[in-house]
Amino acid sequence: MNEVDFLLWVKGSAFNIALFIFMAGLVLRLFEILSLGRKVNYAVPKGDPMQGGLREIFRRFGTDKATFQRSMITIVVGYVFHIGLFVVIFLLAAHVEVFKSVMGFGWPNLSTPVVDAFAVVTMIALVVVLIHRLQHPVKRFLSSPGDYVAWAVTFVPLLTGYMAYHHLLLSPQMMLGLHILSVEVLLIVFPFTKLMHTFTVFLSRWYNGASMGLRGVKS
Amino acid sequence: MSTLTLERGINAFKAQIDAPMASFFSSCVSCGMCADACLFYTENPEPRFTPIYKLEPLRRVWEQEYTLIGKLKAKLGLSKPVTDAELAEWQELVYNNCSLCGRCTLICPVGNDITYMIRRMREGMVASGHAPGGLIGASTRAVQIGSPMGVKLPALQAQVRHLEKSSGLTVPFDQEGAEYLLMLSSMEIMNYPEYLGAVAKILTNAGKTWTLSSECFEATNSGIQIGSSDIARELVSRVVAAAEKLKVKTVISPECGHAYTALRWEGPNLIGRPYTFAAKHIVEVLDELRAEGLLQTEGFEESKLTFHDPCQLVRRGGVVEQPRNLLNMVAKNFVEMADHGTLNWCCGAGGGVSANEDAEEVKLKAFQRKKKQLDELHVDTLVTACANCRIQLEEGMEVNQMDIPVLGLTEMIAEHLVERKGGAA
Amino acid sequence: MRMQSPNPYEPTLGEHLRSQGISRRGFLKFCGLLASSMALAPAMIPKIAAALEQAKRPSVIWLSFQECTGCTESLTRSHSPSLEGLVFDAISLDYHHTLQAASGDAAEHAREEAMKEHYGKYVLVVDGSIPLDNPGYSTIAGISNLDMLKEAAAGAAAIIAVGTCAAYGGLPKADPNPTGAVSVSDIIKDKPIINVPGCPPIPMVITGVIAHFLTFGLPELDSLGRPKAFYGQSIHDRCYRRPFYERGLFAETFDDEGAKAGWCLYKLGCKGPVTYNACATTKWNDGTSFPIESGHGCIGCSEPNFWDFGGFYKAISIPTGASGKNAVYAAAAGIAAGVAIGAMNKKSKAEAASSHQTVTVEELNQESGS
Repeated sequence: MNEVDFLLWVKGSAFNIALFIFMAGLVLRLFEILSLGRKVNYAVPKGDPMQGGLREIFRRFGTDKATFQRSMITIVVGYVFHIGLFVVIFLLAAHVEVFKSVMGFGWPNLSTPVVDAFAVVTMIALVVVLIHRLQHPVKRFLSSPGDYVAWAVTFVPLLTGYMAYHHLLLSPQMMLGLHILSVEVLLIVFPFTKLMHTFTVFLSRWYNGASMGLRGVKS
Repeated sequence: MSTLTLERGINAFKAQIDAPMASFFSSCVSCGMCADACLFYTENPEPRFTPIYKLEPLRRVWEQEYTLIGKLKAKLGLSKPVTDAELAEWQELVYNNCSLCGRCTLICPVGNDITYMIRRMREGMVASGHAPGGLIGASTRAVQIGSPMGVKLPALQAQVRHLEKSSGLTVPFDQEGAEYLLMLSSMEIMNYPEYLGAVAKILTNAGKTWTLSSECFEATNSGIQIGSSDIARELVSRVVAAAEKLKVKTVISPECGHAYTALRWEGPNLIGRPYTFAAKHIVEVLDELRAEGLLQTEGFEESKLTFHDPCQLVRRGGVVEQPRNLLNMVAKNFVEMADHGTLNWCCGAGGGVSANEDAEEVKLKAFQRKKKQLDELHVDTLVTACANCRIQLEEGMEVNQMDIPVLGLTEMIAEHLVERKGGAA
Repeated sequence: MRMQSPNPYEPTLGEHLRSQGISRRGFLKFCGLLASSMALAPAMIPKIAAALEQAKRPSVIWLSFQECTGCTESLTRSHSPSLEGLVFDAISLDYHHTLQAASGDAAEHAREEAMKEHYGKYVLVVDGSIPLDNPGYSTIAGISNLDMLKEAAAGAAAIIAVGTCAAYGGLPKADPNPTGAVSVSDIIKDKPIINVPGCPPIPMVITGVIAHFLTFGLPELDSLGRPKAFYGQSIHDRCYRRPFYERGLFAETFDDEGAKAGWCLYKLGCKGPVTYNACATTKWNDGTSFPIESGHGCIGCSEPNFWDFGGFYKAISIPTGASGKNAVYAAAAGIAAGVAIGAMNKKSKAEAASSHQTVTVEELNQESGS
């Protein structure tokens, strides 16, 4: 298999397999969660659960000052790499084309050097996140292999994408192939690791917020 | 006779796990921010006191029982079943080092209701025989005697007679059709009898009909604290039976945090139907009276004071404004702690911690958080609306040689009460 | 171009060119062009010239298999009189069934003669792929392509696989590859093979490779067997539209404002970023232009499997399969599996709830039973 065969394989069957597992896994996981159901609540509500749920989905993007000071690295670096990932994944022209081909619609892209800069910042942020995880007593203690797997499968696509764009180390075909392959690994493990929080975060915030809303708790 | 076993515990975990919990476990990114939100960690920074970690056995049961990947992992021997020894080890984390204060739940960036899960996890801890002795004792007394502190009706009657004699007020028992059924906590009967006098004075002055029940006066619910719905149901059913027998409109939960949670939020779900009456915290009732103009005060407290928000009222009950409305009626120099309202730090003894002898040391460590908050303010008086918080605050101050009196909000209001002409008093 | 008959006196290339009326100045100009296209320093020009002057005219046997004659067309349609053409003219092309005057037995005889005469020294040029499924798919004078290649390769000093078909299988190998087409390097393993891919290759590159072989021997090759001198940089690297790519300015259709303004053709399927060839520098039609200058993206013709690269008009990043449909099927599969595991979860939870035994305070006060 030469590098073009490899690239064609990752763009062809491998991508289809990965996308299939990702989509099927995602749906499966949501069923797994939702099938466990919730008991009816007979307590007289003090507020609207729906409103509370929606409020918490948005409110938790921010934090109070004291919490911010206590968890500054986690919050700031966390924000940086989340925004960075968003920009790199969704606003690079090449990526927009992929979404367009899969979903049938696209959106405007940013200029490549801007996305490139975001990629660099995101990689730096992820490295900081990793170091912080290894050094912070609580984070290190809480971290399971799954946490490091999730980190790696997020970082490698960024790195290979960056290297493919800048023609580093390997030929661009090879690097592009590796980049796409690493994304496929990401897609495959996504539903079965903590990366799933990308979707369940809204569900969790909503459940928590609905409970708060029901009790009339306004934070 | 049947015994409590690991199997029953795991079974309880399985029965308790629901969609929100599955979502919460799926969302956790191990960011550790809940540790910084938890006073049992900040004042005793050992990583295992991180709130989400306290749920690890429950999380594993969820993963192994309710996820495809977890079932696969278990088959391949990659994840081990939860053992009795682990649950024994976790008792310290789930009971001694958690007051169910809900602060982690409020701070968690992905929105996990950790407190809810710990409350649910305790069900399995109880069923597997891993509840702490102190809470077992309290629960036993609550079920068998009617009060976690072993207070019986004659003791209450004695207090009532004393009160009637000293104040000239009438304290009615078993008054059918009264608007309010006043519930108490044993702590108030034994340690803070002035609470009953204060409520009696205010309600009577407001022209409201109210009553105590000789069949059930205890509002606190050890079943909620130990985490057994079976016991909690038994205890709350007594309140419901008393309230429905007397056909009252509203049951007043005393100055107690978890009693409010038990009565207001868990009660209807424990008995599986809505109440035929309303359940309110005394502070809610007082604020309603204030709004109706039935509660008027005169004079102001001279001292600089602050208010300690009971966790179950603010974060788990949405009662934030009411105590402030009331305090502002009688205090000119009311200052807020740096983190107050929904962000307030727990006293360190809620959620069964105060009844748990194993947690004696831990709860005083946890008090350091409150001490820091108070040290910043230099207040003369601390007001709160929970007898359990009050005991802990008083004990903590004594140990730390702080000289700040702790007062109940209701008593403070009663002291400034203006007698109404229309009032029955 | 003339077919050379065996000649005891072999003139050098320099002598031959002079006899054709090529001036020293013109020759040096050609050497300079070669040097620059191979990315050599100007100081190398005299060395190239000297080496070329002294080079013996090698015997070349050109075999055409499953091909379209485009490669030969590319070479012969170069401008007349072109220096590339003349160099090509200067080799001793002993067999090329399209170009030679002889036909039938005479032609095959010429090939056999040359192979015998120059055994171990001749250069074998191949264009077109070789069918392996059925030898009858492509034969010359009743000889299958496979047999002819093996026979000719045995005595060759080196093989130049001209065009993408010979180099990588090309169009005949495109999915579903009905003839079982393969490249020269898939069959011949024991000879140096220089791939000069392109559909067709740039004429200058073909002659440049030959010139390099004559002067310096085998050129340095990349991992796909291509001379690095000509295939060392991607089209994208040297594309004059690159600044638009960097700025994120892309033509969305072939007739929009972006296309008119000359923006990057990435979204219209340009394969420049993953295509290695000299088009952007050497250009076509006597240095006039290359496809991107005409407003069409690179189709990646010098790369293996370029026909199956997911469509000429689809951006490189786009997956080649029917992803959207696949995602829908996946969701359906997920729902099916989800309903199943959901039902299991529900059952498991209901069982747990029904097997719950009420906890009593009496039990709590027992010595732990477990």
